[in-house]
Amino acid sequence: MNKNDENTEKIARLRQIATNVRLRDMEMIYQARLGHIGGDFSATDILVTLYFEVLKIDPKNPTAPDRDRFILSKGHCAGALYTTLAFAGFFPESELATFAQPLSNLNGHPNRNKVPGVETNTGPLGHGLPVAVGTALASQLTGLNYRVFVITGDGELQEGSNWEAAMSASHYKLDNLTVIVDRNRLQQGAGTEQTNGLDPLDEKWRAFGWSVREIDGHDYNTLLDIFAQVPFEPGKPNCIIANTHKGQGVSFMQDNVAWHHKVPNAAEYAAALKELSAQNGATPLELPKIEVKVGV
Amino acid sequence: MTQLFDCRDAFNEKLLELAHLDTRIVTVVNDSVGSSKLTQFRAEFANRLINVGIAEQNMVGVGAGLANGGLIPFVCGASPFLTGRALEQIKADVAYSNTNVKLCGMSSGMAYGELGPTHHSIEDLAWLRAIANMTIIVPADPVETSQAVAAAASITGPMFLRISRVGVPVVHPADYKFEIGKAARLREGRDITLIANGVLVHKALEAAEQLASEGIEARVLNMATVKPLDEEAVLAAAAETGAIVTVEEHTIYGGLGSAVAEVVVTHQPVPMRILGVPGVFAPTGSAEWLLDHFGLNAAGIYNAARELVKPTK
Ligand SMILES: Cc1ncc(C[n+]2csc(CCOP(=O)(O)OP(=O)(O)O)c2C)c(N)n1
Ligand SMILES: [Mg+2]
Repeated sequence: MNKNDENTEKIARLRQIATNVRLRDMEMIYQARLGHIGGDFSATDILVTLYFEVLKIDPKNPTAPDRDRFILSKGHCAGALYTTLAFAGFFPESELATFAQPLSNLNGHPNRNKVPGVETNTGPLGHGLPVAVGTALASQLTGLNYRVFVITGDGELQEGSNWEAAMSASHYKLDNLTVIVDRNRLQQGAGTEQTNGLDPLDEKWRAFGWSVREIDGHDYNTLLDIFAQVPFEPGKPNCIIANTHKGQGVSFMQDNVAWHHKVPNAAEYAAALKELSAQNGATPLELPKIEVKVGV
Repeated sequence: MTQLFDCRDAFNEKLLELAHLDTRIVTVVNDSVGSSKLTQFRAEFANRLINVGIAEQNMVGVGAGLANGGLIPFVCGASPFLTGRALEQIKADVAYSNTNVKLCGMSSGMAYGELGPTHHSIEDLAWLRAIANMTIIVPADPVETSQAVAAAASITGPMFLRISRVGVPVVHPADYKFEIGKAARLREGRDITLIANGVLVHKALEAAEQLASEGIEARVLNMATVKPLDEEAVLAAAAETGAIVTVEEHTIYGGLGSAVAEVVVTHQPVPMRILGVPGVFAPTGSAEWLLDHFGLNAAGIYNAARELVKPTK
């Protein structure tokens, strides 16, 4: 098999996994009657690429000292993370059915003390990057040769803590640190540029001393290619601005701010299920059924 | 069935009404227009709603600056992020600088249920109570919420309003007059006093009913103002009823129970029980499930009261 075919096959597999992540995540959200489907779907392709092709991790040994670290700074997208972690083998897929149920390990935001593979508890925005800086710095101090990847939201970058961390990262020349900005251009209530504009975002990161690349966050060819290039420049932290669509994969959710944390009703659920299932011939998976609460 | 109200609605109705009368009233938010229910305010006063984006520290600082410019800012954000993230701004820019900022902690307590401890605001009263020059109000129902908003607008100085999204029934009569620093006696009794605020006041009333059926007459105080505390009402409760149970949607460390205990232990020691969230991060569960889980319901209050008083008949 030549290199090209190999890549095509790899990408087809990632697409298939991502579609199934979206399907199962949506099912979880539908049953729990809560979640953040828009941001889950915009980050799914990045998450799947990281967990299935990039991160050097062993789901059977999730605390190995030299593992690559991944931090989901936009912790409200726990649904996409849990589904990806389960598919990657960190915990049984059957546990996904407990999402948000009383006493479940799968809270609305990820908890490292309960979920294998989670590195730090997120939920309040603007916490992931500072922790990632410390984690990347520790690798320099201990000589353990791992890399640190963080996904932040774009609205999340309005938090000043990110920029304090950005300065530290370049000051300490953390080229083992990569931030992926999920640039879906929407936050909770409106567009980022209508709320507190971030553009020109690439120039901001450059000014803070980072090496910056801008990509299509749903294009697997580009995703694989860009992660293979890390570190972009020796001695500089890496920033990937991934242009994405909130709600990617479901036409009526896509780029619609209402789907930040809206939960599909029965008709919307059926329509979305149909659209997603049709993609790449993915077969919807059977999730163990739990009783759906009504009228929440 | 008793009708339940989301206090954010009363909050915004009153704020809108006041904004029409007083052009100095502005709102400051952190991408929280919807969650603070300020959509109508934005529609009517687009330029008087300042959305700084997801940036709570900036939000509180900007609030202090607006106050410096002569405006009356109502700074509205989810309580955990408003108080936790911007605590030093609250201390230095608002309380210490004595600026006329109204901090409105929305969806407080464990209202965010399954979203977990990062989104629960059960430390806010302790944090803010420790700061000098801070008035803290926890309204129990829409009637009181509305009056608390009016009081906030009419009084100059720092204030924190804790506004829940959990459905509550009306517990006050229509002619109720809210006064900062004054407890409301919602039920007479001489055997024990139940002191509650916020979403747990109606549960304390329910517990009092249950106690009454066994001959225990519980006084029920709604202690909406946590700071400055109505010490007179607390001391009268201690002297006249001899036992106190406090209940709050907050950690047992540093909130209403602590405030009451500080007064009781200094001036009029009587047996007490402090009900709230014990020193743990909540497990996964809905808002209502978590209240039950921690015994913050009529049964829990009843049981605590029964530990302190025996029935007389
Ligand atoms: C400190 C803090 N403030 C506010 C919130 C409430 N909140 C949750 S998600 C969100 C919007 C996030 O937008 P963005 O970072 O763009 O994420 P995405 O579009 O990927 O969902 C907000 C304001 C929060 N979780 N943390
Ligand atoms: Mg976004």
